Amino acid sequence: MNSLIRSTARCLRSGATVCLLRPADGPARAASARFLCEAADLQKDLGELVKKDKVVVFMKGTPAQPMCGFSNAVVQILRMHGVDRYASYNVLEDQELREGVKVFSNWPTIPQVYFNGEFVGGCDILLQMHQNGDLVEELKKLDIRSALLDAEKESK
Amino acid sequence: MLPRVPRSARHVAVCLSAARPLAHFRPHMDPDPNRPVETTIRTKLTDTFKPDHLEVHNESHMHAVPPGSESHFRVLVVSSQFAGLPLIQRHRLVNEALKEELSSCVHALAIQAKTPEQWGTDPTLAKSPACMGGSKGDQSVEEKLKAGRG
Repeated sequence: MNSLIRSTARCLRSGATVCLLRPADGPARAASARFLCEAADLQKDLGELVKKDKVVVFMKGTPAQPMCGFSNAVVQILRMHGVDRYASYNVLEDQELREGVKVFSNWPTIPQVYFNGEFVGGCDILLQMHQNGDLVEELKKLDIRSALLDAEKESK
Repeated sequence: MLPRVPRSARHVAVCLSAARPLAHFRPHMDPDPNRPVETTIRTKLTDTFKPDHLEVHNESHMHAVPPGSESHFRVLVVSSQFAGLPLIQRHRLVNEALKEELSSCVHALAIQAKTPEQWGTDPTLAKSPACMGGSKGDQSVEEKLKAGRG
């Protein structure tokens, strides 16, 4: 990619004043160049973001206040397994993130769940994993002991 | 919450499917002849998966969108094409089949993708969770609704 575009985007992001070379469609070109650069940067950032934490959820709203029934279902399922500490990103606050994560995951809907940087699926998949016992196993691979195992122990 | 269709009614629907297009009978709702998105979804899933059983439910009325919307769907696809595939791959295949709808008018798609054996063991349609109002005032949903009306 054009190094001028890259450095311009970096400067714009940092808030520095930049003097752009202006051909006839200067401002529009700068804006679209910035958009392209930011979109590519977002994909790169997402690649890092999903690996930063063991459990990452892109959702509508927050775990404390979900704004969508499907996102809430993900939160509730994780809570049932004792997974209360995870990275969650509210796509309603950031339209670029909302569209960017769909491209990144190649998945058209929200919520989206990542375990150890790997895309697991949305609400339906998480629910089925919870119902068939796979979720307990997947959490074990993350060194997370599901609270349901302790609940089972107590009931015996 | 909508009542679940009893197993016997579903069985009848499957038997009749050879005679007419499969339609989920919802006695408390008047059938709407103008359901282009639902029709397209049904056609594409049928053509792609040759399913043993297929249900397409417009759940838009359960969400904060105007009456008559076709933005939120639940699909149940029973097909031997899913054999040996993990859930995520099955869902990706369904997403791929409905790629056009998902990038235009369909905002939410709940998927159940089962093999005939799995369906035989557990012939239940999952229920969608209650809406928490996220679609209300959501610009991208409004755009999708406009796209749906063409």
